[in-house]
Amino acid sequence: MSDSPADEGREIEPADTSTLEPYEDPGLAPHAYRLTDTDPKAAKRAERQVAALFGLSALGTIGLIVAFVAFSPLDTINIGFTTTSASNFFLGLSLGVAMLGIGFAAIHWAKKLMPDVEIVHERHPLASSAEAKADALAQFEVGTDESGFGRRSLIRRSMIGALALLPLPAIVLLRDLGPLPGDDLTRTNWQQGMRLLTDPTLRPIKATELEIGQLVNGLPASFAEIPEAEGTQRQVARARDAIIVVRIAVDELQPPPKQADWGVAGILAYSKICTHAGCPISLYERTTHHLLCPCHQSTFQLNEGGRVIFGPAARPLPQLAIATDADGYLVAKLPHGFQEPVGPSFFERGGRS
Amino acid sequence: MTSLSVRRRHPLAGVVVLVLGLVVIGGLYAAFAPTSRAQTDSASDVEAGKKLFSVGCATCHGLGGSGVRDETGQILGPSLVGVGAAAVDFQVGTGRMPMAAPGAQVPQKDVIYTDEQIRQLAAYVESIGGGPAIPGSDRYDYTQGDPVNGGEIFRTNCAACHNFAGQGGALTYGKYAPNLMNVIPRHMYEAMITGPQSMPVFSDQVLTPENKRDIIAYLKTVEEEPNPGGLGVGRIGPVSEGLWAWLVGIGALVGVAVWIGAKSST
Repeated sequence: MSDSPADEGREIEPADTSTLEPYEDPGLAPHAYRLTDTDPKAAKRAERQVAALFGLSALGTIGLIVAFVAFSPLDTINIGFTTTSASNFFLGLSLGVAMLGIGFAAIHWAKKLMPDVEIVHERHPLASSAEAKADALAQFEVGTDESGFGRRSLIRRSMIGALALLPLPAIVLLRDLGPLPGDDLTRTNWQQGMRLLTDPTLRPIKATELEIGQLVNGLPASFAEIPEAEGTQRQVARARDAIIVVRIAVDELQPPPKQADWGVAGILAYSKICTHAGCPISLYERTTHHLLCPCHQSTFQLNEGGRVIFGPAARPLPQLAIATDADGYLVAKLPHGFQEPVGPSFFERGGRS
Repeated sequence: MTSLSVRRRHPLAGVVVLVLGLVVIGGLYAAFAPTSRAQTDSASDVEAGKKLFSVGCATCHGLGGSGVRDETGQILGPSLVGVGAAAVDFQVGTGRMPMAAPGAQVPQKDVIYTDEQIRQLAAYVESIGGGPAIPGSDRYDYTQGDPVNGGEIFRTNCAACHNFAGQGGALTYGKYAPNLMNVIPRHMYEAMITGPQSMPVFSDQVLTPENKRDIIAYLKTVEEEPNPGGLGVGRIGPVSEGLWAWLVGIGALVGVAVWIGAKSST
């Protein structure tokens, strides 16, 4: 009704700025004819090419049937860089040829032989006309008036009240996610005098069994007491108690003063849990004493007290002070094992480092 | 002047000199280099190994195998005292030694010594300071091993570097943990007890010979698994294959879309 061309013209036409335009609209480029439009020989050639592609597709289809019959699923073929199932290889290859043949033929046909002419498609303004806008507004006002939203204040207020209360259950439900962790994040199962066991074979480790350059993945003796059926409990214990034990030549050690006597003859024990995001790390290089976390490439220098030398980790790897017991087995040396929380930072951890 | 000096020397003279030089040096080397002789006696093994060592290893490891440092104190070749026959059998038997060029990592390459020569070199290095011996075949007879137990030990102790299916992975500063497929069991065992390059030691007292045999059994089980899909892609499973399909497949689709949209040539 109001979409008459005259209206549109008035709306989109700005003030006469044509004289201000630095460049004239060059309009459409002249149509460039394809070789197949001008040369019948080229068109004939393209026609043959399209037909050949369709023919290739037909060959692929027949090849698939042949491949299905010819190869047993156990036949293998070496295709240069890998050895794979001959049946799968030829089924996939022939099906690919069959489908791509049709696809390429259709595109080639469209591009070379089907009509190639520019078509001008006029654009229309997207905004509604002023009349339509005024009409919509008037209808909305009639609606609010008829519903009585403005007059009936009881309904209006009770509705706002009901809507305001609706988010409350979300707060109650989220509040019920579980008890607060308390000091659970700050402690491990390590205790003074607890033996170090190998992971996963759970044998106690003697200091004399470790050679220079050795790496042992370890767990506390308390882990062996968790029944094997208690899978969740075992995983939780492993997630906080896991350690790695390395032996480094004594003359290569440069520990911070606080940790100077936390090892035994170059044997050092560190938490296996990265201080950045809590990934288990045991990627240890014996020559450089780097311990590299596979998740975000945090790198810890184990002969220098677990100092961070690269990556996003903010704190050194917690070291477990160890000693030997009367039988020569490695044990945790200090009360509660680790002297700081292991694993990634958390809100209540505070500034302790 | 110029034409005279050009005529004085034939254009091929340089090549002839080079070839002559190579022939003379090669002939001298063939005449003086120790050749492999069948040695049965262990003492003569040590003697032959010493000769081989002096020619092929002493440049970096020192004449007595005591290691060499350059003038800045940087280690050129580490001391071999106490590394044992197992280390020699691994390093030379996998072609890592002798090293082609210094770098972040000594790669595996074609073995250049014969088994006999490797045995002699091992006997010599063992004679200068003991160390782990080449393990007997009963130690790594993986047909007796338990691949399930070995898999658990491998995933805890080895997978951090070598990937849980032994496909290898990257370390720091250009070093890497090699792929463990198609490594012979004896070399696997020797690597665990000697800790070559960046790899830590896993001594027999802590990781028992049975544990090691189980690990080898696990790796051989993985190695023998068929690969019906074609590329294993690190055996990470369907996720990695899906990622390949997305990256490579969608990349190809984009290419085709560009071709479809492109204007035909005139």
